[in-house]
Amino acid sequence: MSSISVAQHDNYLTADFRLWSWLITLDHKRIAVLYTVSITLLFFIGGAAAAMIRLDLLTPYSELVSIETYNKLFTMHGVIMVWFFLIPSIPTTLGNFLLPLMIGARDLAFPRLNLLSWYLYVIGALFAIESLIAGGVDTGWTFYTPFSTMFSNTHVFAAVTGVFIAGFSSILTGLNFIVTIHEMRAPGLTWFRLPLFIWAMYATSLILVLATPVLAMTLVLIAVEHFFHIGVFDPALGGDPLLFQHLFWFYSHPAVYIMIVPAMGVASEIIGCFARNRIFGYRFMAYAMLAIAGFGFVVWGHHMFVSGQSAYAGTVFSLLTFLVSVPSAIKVFNWTATLYKGHISFEAPMLYALGFLGLFTIGGLTGLFLASLGLDIQLHDTYFVVAHFHYIMVGGAVMAFFGGIHFWWPKATGRMYSDAWARLAAIITFVGFNLTFFPQFIVGYLGMPRRYPEYPPEFQIWNVLSSAGAVILALGYALPLFYLFWSLRNGPAAPSNPWKAKGLEWQTSSPPLPENFLRTPVVAEEPYSYSTGGSTDG
Amino acid sequence: MASTIAPIAPQFDDAVQQRDASNLGIWIFLATEILFFGVLFAAYAITRTQHTAAFAAGSRLTDLSLATVNTALLLTSSLTMALGVYAAQSGARRALVRWLSLTVILGVAFLVIKGFEYHADYVEHLVPAVDFSYPGAQAGEVELFFYLYFVITAIHGLHVFIGVVVISVIAVMASRNAFGPAYFTPVDLTGLYWHLVDIIWLFVYPMLYLVSRS
Repeated sequence: MSSISVAQHDNYLTADFRLWSWLITLDHKRIAVLYTVSITLLFFIGGAAAAMIRLDLLTPYSELVSIETYNKLFTMHGVIMVWFFLIPSIPTTLGNFLLPLMIGARDLAFPRLNLLSWYLYVIGALFAIESLIAGGVDTGWTFYTPFSTMFSNTHVFAAVTGVFIAGFSSILTGLNFIVTIHEMRAPGLTWFRLPLFIWAMYATSLILVLATPVLAMTLVLIAVEHFFHIGVFDPALGGDPLLFQHLFWFYSHPAVYIMIVPAMGVASEIIGCFARNRIFGYRFMAYAMLAIAGFGFVVWGHHMFVSGQSAYAGTVFSLLTFLVSVPSAIKVFNWTATLYKGHISFEAPMLYALGFLGLFTIGGLTGLFLASLGLDIQLHDTYFVVAHFHYIMVGGAVMAFFGGIHFWWPKATGRMYSDAWARLAAIITFVGFNLTFFPQFIVGYLGMPRRYPEYPPEFQIWNVLSSAGAVILALGYALPLFYLFWSLRNGPAAPSNPWKAKGLEWQTSSPPLPENFLRTPVVAEEPYSYSTGGSTDG
Repeated sequence: MASTIAPIAPQFDDAVQQRDASNLGIWIFLATEILFFGVLFAAYAITRTQHTAAFAAGSRLTDLSLATVNTALLLTSSLTMALGVYAAQSGARRALVRWLSLTVILGVAFLVIKGFEYHADYVEHLVPAVDFSYPGAQAGEVELFFYLYFVITAIHGLHVFIGVVVISVIAVMASRNAFGPAYFTPVDLTGLYWHLVDIIWLFVYPMLYLVSRS
C-alpha cells in the first residue's frame, strides 16, 4: 500500500465526513454501518408492534385495540421482524463488515452491488412502512391464500411489493458473499482455515440465493392475483391454495436457517475467544452448518401437517425434520466441548453467547415436539409454536446478534463500552426473554391459539407473566442503545485486539483503514489457535 | 486494433481474479433465475395435473405457428450471440458489433411477434380478467391455463426485453472499442444470460403450445 495512507492514519470512519460520501460509499464497512442504522430502526418499529400485542393480551378481552387492529399489529410485527430485521440482521451488518476483514480482502467482490442491495433494502422497507401508514395489512406475515388475494381489503399489494424488493437485496448480498469467499481469500487461507463465521456466511448465502427467488416469484403471483382477482391459488377457478403454502414454506422454512446459521457463526467466534480454546470439532462445525442449510430445503412440509397434505408426505417431512436435529446437536455438543477445560471469562459478548447456547437448545428441542405428527395436531397454531420459534429467532438469533455487536463494537467504532452495563443488559435480556416466552409454551400446550386477541380467563396468569417479561425484555434491548452511544463519544479508545482474539480482523487497526490492511495478510495457522498461546497484541 | 486492457477494480489483485469473480457471479445469478422460473413451471405442472383436459383444450387455442417462428428466431439469436462472444475473444471488433446487432434484431423480432400473438389472443377473448370467454366445458380451468400462459410468457418476454437492452449497450461499447481478447467479460456474461433466456423458452414452448395439442 502507499505510504500516504500510513502517514494520514485515516480510518474508514474519518476518511470523509460528508453525508453524501456515506450515501455513495462502496466501502463494505460503511455499508455495514448504513445497514446497522436502518435495521435498528426497523427492529424498534417491529418491537413497538409486539409491545402493543403484549399490552392487549394482558386481559382476556381485547380492550386496547379492535380485533381488526390486532390482526394488523401481528402482521406488521411479523413482516417487519422477519424480512426487515431478522433475515438481513447478521449477514448485512456483521457479515458485511467482517467478511472481507476475516479473509484478508480489501472489499467484497462487487462493492456496487453491495451498495445497491442496501438501497433495495431501504426501498423495500419504505414500501412496507407505507403499507402500515396507509392502514396496515391483516393477513399475517404468511399472506395465506385465498384470504390475501381474494378477500383482504387491506394493503397487501404494498406489503408484498416491499418484501419482493427486499428479497433482491438478500439475493445480491448472498451472491456477493459466495463469490467473495470463493475468490478473494488471503494467501494461505484455505477453506478449512476459515473462521466458522465465514462458513456460516457461506451456508447462509447459499440459502439466500437458492430460496429467495422462490419467494419472489410467489409474491409476484400473489400480487397479480390480488390485483386481477384471478390466479392459480384461487379454488374458485380450480386453483390450489395449498400450492401457495408449499411455495411459501419452500422459502420460509429455509429462511429460519438464514436467521439462525449466522448466529451460530457469531457464537462460535465468541465462545472460542472467551473460552481460550480451539473450537472442538472444527470441521464438523463447518459441515454441520452446510448440512443445516441443505436439510432446510426439504422440511417445509412440517408447516402443513394439518393443511391437508397427504399422510405419506407428512410422514416423510416429519422424518426429515427430525434429521435437522443431528447437525444442530453436533453444534451444541461441540460448543459445550469447547467450553470444557477452557479458561472461561464472562465479558458481555460471552454472556450473550452463552445465553444463545441455552435458548437455542430449548428452541431446538421443542422443535422436535412440533416435528412429531401426532403432537403437532394438538400444538399447531398454538402459543407453543410461537414460543418455539421465538426461542430460535429471538433467544437464538437476536441474542447472538447482540453478542456479535458487543464483540466487534471496539473493532467497528474504535471505542470500548462499559462492560458492566453490557453484562447487566445481557442478563436483563436473558431473564426478560425467558419470562416472556416460557409461559407461552405452557399456555400453548394448554390450547391457547395464536393470533387471537381474546382468550379464556383461565389463561390470563400466563399472559400476564408473558407481558411482564416483555417489559423487562424491552429494557434489555433499549439499554445498549444508551451505553453504546455513550461509548462513541466517551468510551476509551479501543486497541486493535481488545479481547486477544484470533482472526485476521483483529490484526488491523480499530477502526480499520478504508482499505482494511496495509499489507495483505498471509495466513500460516489453523483457526482458533488459542491454546498455542502467543496472541496478537494491540 | 489496440488491445484493450482490463480495468482492474481496487478490491481485486489481478485481472484473472476479477474475471473469475464475475464468472462465478453470473452463474449464481443464473441459478437464481432458474429458481425464479421454477415456481412458474411447478405451478403450471401441478395445475395441469389437476385439470389435464382443460389445459389441453387451452393449448389448442394458442398460436402454434407464431410460437414456432419465435422459437426459430430465439435459437438463431443464441447462435449469433455465441458468434459474437467468439468474435470478442478473437478481437474482431467489427464482427462483434455485427453479431450483437443481429442478436438485438432477432430479439426485437421475437418481442414484436409476441405482441401480435397477444393481440390475436385479445381479439379472440382469451385474456383472463380483462376479456375472457370460452364456450366449452371447464371455462374456469381454461381461463387458468391462459392466466399461466400470460404470466409465464410475459415474465419471459420481460427477460428478452432486458436482454435486448443490455446487448444494445454492449454493442455500443464494442463499437467504441471497449473490448479485446484480453478483456471481454461483459460480452461473455451477457451471452450467458441470453442463452439462459433462450433455454427457458425451450421449456415454455412445448409446455404451453405443444403438449397434448393434437
